[in-house]
Amino acid sequence: MTYQKLAFKALIYLLLVGGALIMIMPFVYLISTAFTPNAFVLQLPPPIIPPHATIQNFIDVWTTENFGRYFFNSTVVATCSTALTVLFSSMLAFAFARYSFPGKNLLFYSMLMTLMLPTLILIIPQFVLAKHLHLLNSLQGLIIVYSAGIPLNVFLLRGFFEDIPRDLMDAAHVDGASIWTMYWRIMMPLARPAIAAVTIFSFLANWDEFTWALTSISDSNLYTLPIGLELFQQQNSNNYGLVFAGSLIAVVPVIVVFIIFQRQFIKGVMASAVKG
Amino acid sequence: MRSQTLESPEPAVGQLAAIPGQTRKRRQLRLRRLLPIYLFILPATAIFLTWTIYPLADALVMSFYHWNLLTPSVFVGLNNYQRALSDPIFWQALRNGVMYTVISVPGQMVLGLAAALLLDQQIRFRAFFRTLYYLPVITSWVVVSLTFLYLYNGQVGPINYLLHDVLHIIPSYIFFLGDPNTALPSIATVNIWKGIGWTAVIYLAGLQSIPQEVYEAAMVDGAGRWQRFMKITIPLLRPTVLFLVVMLVIGSFNTFIQVYIMTNGGPLHSTETVLTYMYRNAFSSLDLGYGAAISYLFTLMLFVITMTEIRLLRRRYEY
Repeated sequence: MTYQKLAFKALIYLLLVGGALIMIMPFVYLISTAFTPNAFVLQLPPPIIPPHATIQNFIDVWTTENFGRYFFNSTVVATCSTALTVLFSSMLAFAFARYSFPGKNLLFYSMLMTLMLPTLILIIPQFVLAKHLHLLNSLQGLIIVYSAGIPLNVFLLRGFFEDIPRDLMDAAHVDGASIWTMYWRIMMPLARPAIAAVTIFSFLANWDEFTWALTSISDSNLYTLPIGLELFQQQNSNNYGLVFAGSLIAVVPVIVVFIIFQRQFIKGVMASAVKG
Repeated sequence: MRSQTLESPEPAVGQLAAIPGQTRKRRQLRLRRLLPIYLFILPATAIFLTWTIYPLADALVMSFYHWNLLTPSVFVGLNNYQRALSDPIFWQALRNGVMYTVISVPGQMVLGLAAALLLDQQIRFRAFFRTLYYLPVITSWVVVSLTFLYLYNGQVGPINYLLHDVLHIIPSYIFFLGDPNTALPSIATVNIWKGIGWTAVIYLAGLQSIPQEVYEAAMVDGAGRWQRFMKITIPLLRPTVLFLVVMLVIGSFNTFIQVYIMTNGGPLHSTETVLTYMYRNAFSSLDLGYGAAISYLFTLMLFVITMTEIRLLRRRYEY
């Protein structure tokens, strides 16, 4: 019995480690290549430990290849659009959870419906609209379109807000508090974990957004990291040292954010499934 | 006191109606109650209407026009739709979508479940392993696509090296992304690799919602590990499976960035998806009306598929 149990445990660890290897090997090559001088990239056998390791690739992409600029653009766009989308969607979610008003169901269900739509099908009319509003080729345009990523946040937050006991709100109500006071002073402090989860989701989505940026931005000074990376790769298809150094610049902040906020993040992902 | 009651979150409808005969005053009070709420939801609603609902309607209008931004648009009726339905590349893109789905959805469902079951055991470093499995999920599609472009390289790629020089499975190096026979399965495999972590986390949520007592009762009755898995875990995971199938199928038909970066639909449209084809028509050929028509056909089809899945999988859901 004990022997059987031991064998079972060993099998589990073996499979777990094997799976983990498959999951991380691409990252190992990504990192190793980023530290390899270009003269040694694309050799057989593909090196796992970089020969003549160097940080020159990082210096090159950051300065001469303008990735410092892309990093700045990405930071501005992702931060502003995340702040806007979290503020707006939490306000709407609060109204959905605590008030009734004509049009509520129509609005809620149309948002739910758009969650099922492939967002990319909107890109053609969005492009035409942005062109008319002079929002093409501008970071403001990116910020505005990214802040429209509201429905999923509203959906997650509404579920969370509804779970918060009503008594607290009713007490504030008797004191004559306005809707804004109730939202900002009472609901937001209580909802901090949910707000954190939604903020992280939105930030990562906005940081990584590719297609709208690719479609609307043509001035290379306005590139964000994802499109800067892709367009750089198109021009330097075999310079993987530089491409991967740029990739790490784009991906390391994401991984750091994820590791710090892992608990809220995983909880949020699970909540999205349970609520759905 | 009365105004406070009227402004309470749940409107006291009964009380409102109880005020006899004063329709105008009632309307005023109602407006006074509703106005702050409407102002409060205005920003989100406005942005939603402008950037989602209006484009949705506008795309429908555009799909009936020959629309290219350069010359005035011309009404062409159902022409764009007829063109799509007789366009062999559109059909190939649809077939490819089915292929991506057939490969990557079952792959993620099975391997994700396996990963979830492993991560659900009493093991050391559980959080650490979970993080590792989740890394591909949070890595952007752009970085993942560029990485696999290198890993799949036909001359010096690590995957070729592993399969040929280390494991001796393949007789010679394969141009994974350059060969029409292997390009689509190669990209679908990346979808699986990237999706396992997410699928596993959703399964874990499902597994943790199964009450422990059910298992204990089964053990008392002498059910072995396998029996408990087949008779308890699988049936009770049914809602989770439904959710995953719906989401993964939608995700798989929405394949875009990875194809755009790794092959741009080639070779010979063998990896083309509806979205890459739509995108190229709209923004390379500036045939926006045709792109919009393709979008609408695609959405309609996806809707039918999703509803069919829900129907089929909801059946016998009585636990």
